[in-house]
Amino acid sequence: AFFWLVSLLLASLIWFVSVHLSDREDAKLQYGLLIFGAAVSVLLQEVFRFAYFKLLKKADEGLATISEDGRSPISLRQMAYVSGLSFGIISGVFSVINILADSIGPGIVGIHGDSPYYFITSAFLTMALVLLHTFWGVIFFDACEKRRYWCLGLVVASHLLTSGLTFLNPWYEASLVPIFIITLCTGLWAFFTAGGSFRNVLKCLSCKQEDDSRVMMYSALQVPFED
Amino acid sequence: MITFMNNSDSEEEPCNERTSLMSAESPPVPSYQDGLPASEAGEAQAHRKRRTGSGRSPNNIADGDMSDSGVPVRESALENEEEELTLKYGAKHVIMLFVPVTLCMIVVVATIKSVRFYTEKNGQLIYTPFSEDTPSVGQRLLNSVLNTIIMISVIVVMTVFLVLLYKYRCYKFIHGWLILSSLMLLFLFTYIYLGEVLKTYNVAMDYPTLFLVIWNFGAVGMICIHWKGPLQLQQAYLIMISALMALVFIKYLPEWSAWVILGAISIYDLMAVLCPKGPLRMLVETAQERNEPIFPALIYSSAMMWTVGMAKPDTAARGPSQQTWDAAEDGRENHRSPSHADSQMSETRSSIPARPITSFEELEEEERGVKLGLGDFIFYSVLVGKAAATASGDWNTTLACFVAILIGLCLTLLLLAVFKKALPALPISITFGLVFYFSTDNLVRPFMDTLASHQLYI
Repeated sequence: AFFWLVSLLLASLIWFVSVHLSDREDAKLQYGLLIFGAAVSVLLQEVFRFAYFKLLKKADEGLATISEDGRSPISLRQMAYVSGLSFGIISGVFSVINILADSIGPGIVGIHGDSPYYFITSAFLTMALVLLHTFWGVIFFDACEKRRYWCLGLVVASHLLTSGLTFLNPWYEASLVPIFIITLCTGLWAFFTAGGSFRNVLKCLSCKQEDDSRVMMYSALQVPFED
Repeated sequence: MITFMNNSDSEEEPCNERTSLMSAESPPVPSYQDGLPASEAGEAQAHRKRRTGSGRSPNNIADGDMSDSGVPVRESALENEEEELTLKYGAKHVIMLFVPVTLCMIVVVATIKSVRFYTEKNGQLIYTPFSEDTPSVGQRLLNSVLNTIIMISVIVVMTVFLVLLYKYRCYKFIHGWLILSSLMLLFLFTYIYLGEVLKTYNVAMDYPTLFLVIWNFGAVGMICIHWKGPLQLQQAYLIMISALMALVFIKYLPEWSAWVILGAISIYDLMAVLCPKGPLRMLVETAQERNEPIFPALIYSSAMMWTVGMAKPDTAARGPSQQTWDAAEDGRENHRSPSHADSQMSETRSSIPARPITSFEELEEEERGVKLGLGDFIFYSVLVGKAAATASGDWNTTLACFVAILIGLCLTLLLLAVFKKALPALPISITFGLVFYFSTDNLVRPFMDTLASHQLYI
């Protein structure tokens, strides 16, 4: 969350500077600058995700060296999930908390001609964004770990695409539906990246117990050897 | 905040930098490695002295994390284990501190956002006499700097006074002062708070009920804080009084003065803890010379420490005792309670198959408590509360400050685990908090507002 905040800070700085250096009156220019600011922010978020990956790798190595069995207590996949989730949470909260706070107060949505579905679509978009960040985190870390840079590029591209699709608001059919399709696909991709498969799902659903394939060896001369 | 290591070393161990800041109150425990201090258990036997945080008292994090494994293994392996334990328990400590700090901030922010009273300007404390209602920016800045200077000097004077009192063993005086302050805090400020909350929600309450409620609340609070009580209740009371104190600060400190004071306090904390002649450091050293626990009052503790007596000579022999840390808050507005975070470790599980395992050894290894001074709670909450009150109704700023403070706390505890000596805890968190407040309020807010108005997501 901290890393995401820092990236947002830098992006806002860039946007702020650009706005102040430009002509305030020109609405088209301001809108263009906003698009530019959003794109910069997306790229910076991914850069900071990568930086966080590097930091976690270092910490992971440190933990592994000092632990008893040479493995760190948290696997990289868990770290990827947590990192993605925290990015998602802070991003979602920052996007929606002010809207939520305003939704308590008295008012009418869309009284000046905007869409009356502002709140509900914001809620859905935020949910999609949180899920997306989680999935991107998993895929990103796995791609960095296995050095599949095309995966990285795809994640960044899908983030840019999602952000760009929100520019089509309030034409919600064109923005919400594709974003949810992207969410679904990214989710499936992350699921398979994290090692899931149809068989896992079936096993989980049928609640079968795993066969314990370990065998205890007993000997008259030895105490039982337990792993 | 000062970090501490409570270690007991064998007598012949040379007194180096690490040991000089430690309290030697642990009973002599044979340690297997020269470089490995045994777990401290002296807290259990040291009589508790009550100290008033009548002045600027140390904010400390104490970290005692030596493990007494009782295993004759190679020193490197033991050091590894020690490091691992440090990091493992370090992470646990961080979480154990996150929860109360978060709770305190939530209470403060919830109150600020809902009760109008604490955001209205109704005068100032006498410690900040210069008003900020001046026409020019320069004048306002000058007034806030002067206010800060006065406040910090009051705090310094109070701290020095406290150190002198402690040095000359005027314990009764401190004790009485402490009781008086916590009385005021628990009764008067609670009464005001309850009154304002009832006013906000337009709930009628008659005086007899009010009297009953406040009497019970205050009496139980005094008992829990100064004497014994269930740990959760004591923690809850400490969080509440920290929140009340923070609310008073938020209400009565003028805006610019508050920010400058926060900055100055963290610089003062840095100096007072790290400089050789700093009052806090002297306090710490005096307490360690006397084998007394430092500031058992005004400290938030997250666990009770149970120690168990052992029959075997090669493991830690400690008397069974229960230790609860009493803490109370000084009610005066200018006072800061000492911040003292201290993690103690009880005996770790002995894993030698050669030794017969007694039932005593089944004591959990997770009995370290973390202690954090109430002053830290107060100033963190002041920062977040001010952000909530003055950031033009924006929640993003509050959240950003919250995250920044928690990350600062994390980093401080990490540094503590690395350096293992007295470290101040305010500077990093407050610096992060201030940086994030000003940058979020001025840079991020317009960006996010513009994005939200077009319903754009990044």
